[in-house]
Amino acid sequence: MKRVLPGFGLSLGITLVYLGLLVLLPLSGLVFKSSALSFAQWWDIATGERALASLRVTFGASLLAATINAVFGLIVAWVLVRYSFPGKRLVDSLVDLPFALPTAVAGITLATLYAGNGWVGRYLEPLGIKVAFTPLGIVVALTFIGLPFVVRTLQPVIEDIEPEVEEAAATLGASRAQTFFRVLLPGIFPALLTGFTLAFSRAVGEYGSVIFIAGNMPLVSEITPLLIISKLEQYDIVGATALALLMLIISFLLLLGVNALQWWAAHRHHRLNGGAL
Amino acid sequence: MFASVRRVLLLSALAWSVSGFAQTGLLNVSYDVARDVYKDYNPLFQKYWKAKTGETVELRQSHGGSSKQVRSVADGLEADVVTMNQAPDVDFLVEKGLVVKDYAKRFPNNASPYTSTMVFIVRKGNPKGLKEWADLAAPGVQVILPHPKNTGNGRYTYLAAWGVALKQPGGNDKTAQEFVGKLLKNAPLFAAGGRDATTTFMQRRLGDVLVTFESEAELIAKEFGKGEFDVVYPSQSILAEFPVALVEKVVDKKGTRKLAQAYLEYLWSKEGQENAAQNYLRPRDPEVLKKYAAQFPPIRTFSVDEVFGGWAKATAAHFRDGGSFDQIYQVR
Repeated sequence: MKRVLPGFGLSLGITLVYLGLLVLLPLSGLVFKSSALSFAQWWDIATGERALASLRVTFGASLLAATINAVFGLIVAWVLVRYSFPGKRLVDSLVDLPFALPTAVAGITLATLYAGNGWVGRYLEPLGIKVAFTPLGIVVALTFIGLPFVVRTLQPVIEDIEPEVEEAAATLGASRAQTFFRVLLPGIFPALLTGFTLAFSRAVGEYGSVIFIAGNMPLVSEITPLLIISKLEQYDIVGATALALLMLIISFLLLLGVNALQWWAAHRHHRLNGGAL
Repeated sequence: MFASVRRVLLLSALAWSVSGFAQTGLLNVSYDVARDVYKDYNPLFQKYWKAKTGETVELRQSHGGSSKQVRSVADGLEADVVTMNQAPDVDFLVEKGLVVKDYAKRFPNNASPYTSTMVFIVRKGNPKGLKEWADLAAPGVQVILPHPKNTGNGRYTYLAAWGVALKQPGGNDKTAQEFVGKLLKNAPLFAAGGRDATTTFMQRRLGDVLVTFESEAELIAKEFGKGEFDVVYPSQSILAEFPVALVEKVVDKKGTRKLAQAYLEYLWSKEGQENAAQNYLRPRDPEVLKKYAAQFPPIRTFSVDEVFGGWAKATAAHFRDGGSFDQIYQVR
């Protein structure tokens, strides 16, 4: 088939080689390494009590953190795009801070802030809320590192929404809630999902910041990456790759699910707009 | 994160080995907190070597979590010598064929030029009156320690408690496991590493007692001042050994065997031993130990070899999957 746009062969070749080297090669190494285990052995590791508990903590905290970020990240992005106020630039660059900060620094700082005698922790502790060294601490760390993913994904999309759309909705008699949920949100939703997915994926793999604030108690506040490191510390490299593979499979399935949701949302939006978008 | 660190290390090692200094330089791959020891030791050795042979040697250090470090060596980081804080790390290199099997016999004292032991750091005045390991397992005491499975520091603490329990009248593996279980239940968290445990105890003021290396106690004093805490020496504790070894494949390839051998041997010289003592590590040389007796109160110690039949057995019984640590955390 003759294509109209030139450069397809070359650019596709580069894409495949690049992805192959960067993504597929390490991943296949992972699969290869863990193939030293029989399925029964792998299943044993995967369904061990501590492994299961750590998966619950990891994916649970990541989902929660990504959800928090989806809600508040949307507000932040909205404010940064729609309004102008003094210091907006500064606030805008603050959003990137979690990107730039080494994760261990973030973890240590958050642990110090939220510890019983920390600036924040000292006010929460009397209320019976313990953050540092509990699963809640994990959520805090993961929320911190995930924020820029949501905000930066949403900003360009919100910029694309013309204020006239809102005005039109208002003149046609839509309430504010209706304008938001029926007019604005459908356009933003796919990007919001992308941001959510990015924040979530980042959180699942996070190690550096979490271990300093988690407390790392088995069955309670132990994340799966910590168990992987634990196995590496015992030089059980095969066992470590087995857990890594397990995380990979779960993440892949979840991401597939989110992608499907996104596809569905995009299509619905498209249909509702009569194919005009 | 660690993979990228390793890559940087590899690249810098590569850049360095092609730059032509390979013949007169050594790379010492070491554990994290050995930084100060070798920072002070390297100039001593350079001076000694210059006086002896007239050669100027370039000494390079690489520090990091010990098991990460040896994995880098196994993956190709060209270390001439490794100076570690636990035998399992060197054993891993033996397994990979990089270090000779009887490395512990190639140098005196189990190839460990200095030792340390686990002691207690308590709040000033020791308000809870903690004196012995048994006190740490008492109800209402909060113990801060690094992760017992993932950190060298934590593993020493775990084995120390286990060994002490074994040595009690009627002590056996079952009573020891019970004791260690109680002690671990007193831990509100497992710190990410030795320094993180220190920060948690000293700065976040969590816990009644921090279990750590004797050498760390002095660093805490430097950092936080002596008025903040007391050091408690239990009547007995574990002997922490710090094995050193040549990386055979690398010294043969780079032709640095003689130099590397001399570098490690010199650790046992008076100067090397004094340097260890000044960094609060117990020297092997009895005379140097005597000279620094004030900073090393006598304490009865037992080694991992004596009580656990070596690190390989200790690791298999306690830290491998399904070992005693995991058993403590099974839901009953």
